[in-house]
Amino acid sequence: MRFALEKRDGKSRKMTILVPIFSLIISFLLGAIVLAISNANPIQTYGAMIKGAFGSPTKIQYTIAKSIPLLLCGLAVGIAFRLKFWNIGAEGQYVSGVIGITWVMQFWTFLPQWAYLPVGIVMGILFGAFWGGIPGVLKAQWGVDETLATLMMNYIAIGFAEYLYFNAWKAPRGNMGTVRYPEFAWLPKIWGKVHSGVYFALILVVVLWFVLYKTRWGFELNMIGKNQRAARCQGVSIKKNIILAMLLSGGIAGLAGAIDSAAVTHCLTKGVNSGYGFTGIIIAWMAGLNPFVSIFIAIIMAALETGGDALQITLKLPSAMGEVLQGLILIPLLAGSVFTEYKLIVLTKQKEEVL
Amino acid sequence: MNFLDFFTRLLAVTLAMGTSLTYATLGEVYTQKTGVLNLGMEGIMLMGALSGFATAYSTGNLVLALVIAMLVGGLFSFIHAFLCITMRANQVVSGLSITMLGTGLANFLGQRLGPASNNFNLAGMNLPSKFNNISIPGLSNIPVLGALFDVSILTYALYFILPFAWFFMYKTKHGMVVRAVGENPRTAASMGISVSKIRYLYTTIGGMFAGIGGACLSLSFTPSWNEGMTGGKGWIVIALVIFATWNPGKVVIGTLIFGGITSLQFSLQAAGFKMVIPTQFLGFSPYLITLVVLSAMTIINGKKKGSFAAPAALSTPFAIDDK
Repeated sequence: MRFALEKRDGKSRKMTILVPIFSLIISFLLGAIVLAISNANPIQTYGAMIKGAFGSPTKIQYTIAKSIPLLLCGLAVGIAFRLKFWNIGAEGQYVSGVIGITWVMQFWTFLPQWAYLPVGIVMGILFGAFWGGIPGVLKAQWGVDETLATLMMNYIAIGFAEYLYFNAWKAPRGNMGTVRYPEFAWLPKIWGKVHSGVYFALILVVVLWFVLYKTRWGFELNMIGKNQRAARCQGVSIKKNIILAMLLSGGIAGLAGAIDSAAVTHCLTKGVNSGYGFTGIIIAWMAGLNPFVSIFIAIIMAALETGGDALQITLKLPSAMGEVLQGLILIPLLAGSVFTEYKLIVLTKQKEEVL
Repeated sequence: MNFLDFFTRLLAVTLAMGTSLTYATLGEVYTQKTGVLNLGMEGIMLMGALSGFATAYSTGNLVLALVIAMLVGGLFSFIHAFLCITMRANQVVSGLSITMLGTGLANFLGQRLGPASNNFNLAGMNLPSKFNNISIPGLSNIPVLGALFDVSILTYALYFILPFAWFFMYKTKHGMVVRAVGENPRTAASMGISVSKIRYLYTTIGGMFAGIGGACLSLSFTPSWNEGMTGGKGWIVIALVIFATWNPGKVVIGTLIFGGITSLQFSLQAAGFKMVIPTQFLGFSPYLITLVVLSAMTIINGKKKGSFAAPAALSTPFAIDDK
């Protein structure tokens, strides 16, 4: 007796719902095993994590604030993934965005006060788009592998940012990193820790959903991702669309960086490469590239981070548990998603002979 | 400061740095040659570093520590292989999730496996023993190049492994199978080769090498455990594979250059040189060089067919019944 996978006629609706639920359960069971091995009570730990992420208004605010850059990075990555352009460079594009806004905040002193924030954010978007556009052009023009190119560009951006905050743009004294942005240029808070970046994120969700699902361009992107040859036959320009999608993808990742630094860090400093770009990839993937679903996944991912941080304080457990669970969530899902397109069949001896 | 001394020290540090990178890069070269891209290297190396250190700390047995690091590395890569090959998951996403899990788990366990007196933390603990440098009398006295004969057993082993890895890939029948699976899995399958089996085997072996590479960091170079101690080396490995044009024989060139860049950073600072180039530029130069090499190779290959060495089926899943 052997097992084999057989392609389904279409995607199974039942499986598309069941697989994520089962994956979530499995990943928390696996996490419980890790906890049990390391002498920690799983139920108590999970309880503390949930409390740490949603236990009080302040904690909910923290979680939401953390989910804003994550959601934006997820949206950014999702656009490129639609064309099967494996952009794993959101991290670098995010850092570029922070460099962009910091440049304006620190050196464009001729601007009137009201213009700092909008010009800074636009500069962040442009820097991100530029950083995303380079691998886009390399791929479209010469077929340079985008996964490897975007990966390398992450570390170039991070290294360059390090040069800026340790060397060239270092604040003369006081805080580590660059000079703090002037207070009038900070992104305003709307509810405790939650800042108005949440509007940007939510509006972008709606706009992207509309563009990707309801416009001709969105349709073209989908077609390129599904069947490049067919798209070319229909007269869709692959090159132009790859570059456009990467400019947009990089721009949104840059926006994420600009917003987070305008609202939270207020400067370019150590820790700017926070891993949001990488988590964004996981968010986009788990959400099936759907902007609306991304909201929920981003909140779950943010909750794992804030919940993990809380563990350190309440149970004296390492906050890295949040990261462990972030990694664990994806693995059963990756394994399970095959069942939406394939079904498991049992090959008995007779059947094998027929095949 | 004596110039000869300076270069001897530079080479010594380069070799120590390069050893870890070389093991992991060799592993990734073999993995990618079969058509599997494993972006989990950073997580796997960190798990190797942690499990090696934890074993050596609690048993004092370095050989056992190395074996455990190897097995843990193999296990993590096996998960990647299972996801990508059997479950047909996307290799990029799967690799990233392995990195995330590996770094998270290593950092978590690093704060749980230590002694109670240190808050269960492994960081800051010392090992009862480590892989010391063994100097070969006579040879190690040669100026500068003597550094080659005053290294740890882990580095000496590479002097044999490296040529063998090249020979195996290009001069044996089995090496041809490996290349065939990565270049054209369909043809390989039609010749009766089990594509999945080969990919499983070399992805797992690749992870074992990465596990050793990680253990090199925690058991010989700086015998200690620190959170995130690989510090992005797993990503440099991905860069080095490209730089070596997927040829195990050329791996050492890249690891020496990039190991050298890192040790130059330290040596120049230690020697009190005023830096013309900021240290951070040296820090990201490996990635910049790799990007340029990758682009140049691809562009040249576009004009002149067949000179670019990337396995044609890299990161494409394969199933015999796919149309």
